[in-house]
Amino acid sequence: MVAGKQEQSRGSGFLDQLLQHVVNAVMLGSTYALLGIGLTMIFGIMGVVNFTHGELYAFGAYMMFLFAMVLKLNFFVALVFAVVLGVGLGALIELVLLRPLRGADIDTTMLVMIGAWIIMQNTEQLVWTGVAKSISTPFPEEPLVLGPVSISWLRIFVFVAAGLLIVGAQLLIHRTKLGKAMRATFQDRDTAALMGVSIGRIYTATFALGSGLAAAAGALLGPVFVAVPTMGDLAALKAFAIVILGGLGNFAGAALGGFILAFIEEMGASYISSGYRDAMGFLLIIVVLMIRPTGLFARAERIG
Amino acid sequence: MASLRKTRVALLAGGLAVAFMPGLARAADTIKIGVDEPLTGAVAASGNYVTNGAKIATDEINAKGGVLGKKLELVIEDNKSNPTEAASAAEKLIVRDKVPVLMGAWSSTYTLAVMPKLMEYKVPMVVETSSSDKITTSGNPYIFRTAPTNGMEAKAFSKEVGKFHIKKADFLVVNNDWGLGAAQAFSAMLKSHGVQTGIEQTMDANAQDLSAQLAKIKDSGADTLFVTTEVEQITLILKQAKSLGLKQRIITTGGSSSPDQLIQQDGDAANGTYHILFFAPWFPQKAENPKVAEDFVAAWKKRGYEFAGLTEGFRGHDGIETIAAAIKLAGKAEPEAIRKALWEVHVKGINGNISFVKEGPKGKESGQVVPQIYIVEIKGGKVTLPTL
Repeated sequence: MVAGKQEQSRGSGFLDQLLQHVVNAVMLGSTYALLGIGLTMIFGIMGVVNFTHGELYAFGAYMMFLFAMVLKLNFFVALVFAVVLGVGLGALIELVLLRPLRGADIDTTMLVMIGAWIIMQNTEQLVWTGVAKSISTPFPEEPLVLGPVSISWLRIFVFVAAGLLIVGAQLLIHRTKLGKAMRATFQDRDTAALMGVSIGRIYTATFALGSGLAAAAGALLGPVFVAVPTMGDLAALKAFAIVILGGLGNFAGAALGGFILAFIEEMGASYISSGYRDAMGFLLIIVVLMIRPTGLFARAERIG
Repeated sequence: MASLRKTRVALLAGGLAVAFMPGLARAADTIKIGVDEPLTGAVAASGNYVTNGAKIATDEINAKGGVLGKKLELVIEDNKSNPTEAASAAEKLIVRDKVPVLMGAWSSTYTLAVMPKLMEYKVPMVVETSSSDKITTSGNPYIFRTAPTNGMEAKAFSKEVGKFHIKKADFLVVNNDWGLGAAQAFSAMLKSHGVQTGIEQTMDANAQDLSAQLAKIKDSGADTLFVTTEVEQITLILKQAKSLGLKQRIITTGGSSSPDQLIQQDGDAANGTYHILFFAPWFPQKAENPKVAEDFVAAWKKRGYEFAGLTEGFRGHDGIETIAAAIKLAGKAEPEAIRKALWEVHVKGINGNISFVKEGPKGKESGQVVPQIYIVEIKGGKVTLPTL
């Protein structure tokens, strides 16, 4: 009967939509995970409240614009350059701003980072103007359609690239000598120094790596959305939400936290209120801090 | 050492004094017009276009000798796409720069934030873009709007509803007075034409990820989607709509869609979309004052501004022309005189003829113009008149 048929199509419509939302959330979650891991390394391990994290994200996006659109290099080459430059910028910030402050209290470092954040954002505004920049990609514009779900090729690529970077970071920390030195430094700095680890270099490397991951997230998401000078602000706040969710210094927690935040955002925006999508992350911070301030995964292994 | 420290302090003090010097020596032989626009932030593209249009108008007027024998000077403040900043920018312009008249503030939300300041300081403002009906119906006699309201847009579009064969329409609007007002005005208009309204989704002005809203709209069964927001967010919507395989025909309202920018940034995703505009620079001969329109397009091109910005830039031009005409009629650059004179202006603007009618509660009416409305289609990477 007609009525019954309508009921059924509405029903399968719900599932189709849900599936589409899940797919969207997974794609976004991978980039959020990158942001979160980068910040958890810096914030959780180095104890630096890194307010420039969002700016590295924006920097990655603008570097993609520079290389892919202005200099017209190959998209993937531009991506590599953007990430490498992000790592470089991170190392520079650590050397110039943080090293002289080592030993100072957390508030001083925080203020310096805020200052750096303001300078970076305004420089971006000066160089690129406030008008949004679009970055084109070599992927086909027609999406991949799998039944009721449509996914753009670009987002698939973003998911794969982010996934590879997460795995790469994990391998670096757990399977390389540098990673071991990092873990040692943050477990006990003085002992590590006695064991011959160059503390200064480890700090620089950690900050650079974390920044590189943020830049990678920006370089990957830049083409998905647009590049604006203020894009880093929201990204930084979400990164903090993820770090709080996953627990400071907790790599796996940050990765999972990224996906959880993406899911909450997507489902919240779809089923609660679409206008308040970006507020979901902040709601999350409030809830987590009230219920389990050490993070959801406090028992899981910490890097430091 | 003490003397070294004193030298440093002296140098610093001297440097700061030099930095603030220009503010002190202000020549008294210009007439200032305050411009409160978003030059950075979420709607920076449009704010910049409007300001460029204003600059062109100012230079043209000054080239002809200015107004009342003095040159016009634009004092431009960036409201950073933020209502709080818009209000403080307006206050700064009125109190510190002592401007007798303002133009701004682009978004309905920012304009509404500025309105109490106008009442407080009794300074008139020409509203060049904002379309929320509230602006002219709140009983603020210092508001003179040259842009159409959401209601007027919906009314003008109602003549075309039949041609579009719309059976069911969804709305995706920015979550502020403009977007919500547009959804309300258009759905009321559609209902009166027997068109079903589907779902209404909102988005924050700064939101970049619209996939949740679009996924819901995809399943609504509607054939048309009305989008109300500014070009930068429209760019994102078209991209994401395409990647989700959205079937609805997209029509944007509000006139801030800068179709050429959409073509440039969205490519094929922009094809098949329709846009309501208040100036069609591709067909200046269709304007009510074709020569004025053509001259503006030529002046814009000559300065090397982005062609895509014309659909927005004319607002700034018409706004400044209106203000200049009022100052001339007033005979002096004073707020109350200008306010009275604005009621008497008749300007041949780019959008059409500008003259204000009374709108709002009796005794405290605001001024409103009834402008021209154009609908264009993006087809094959070009802007055309709709082929329906």
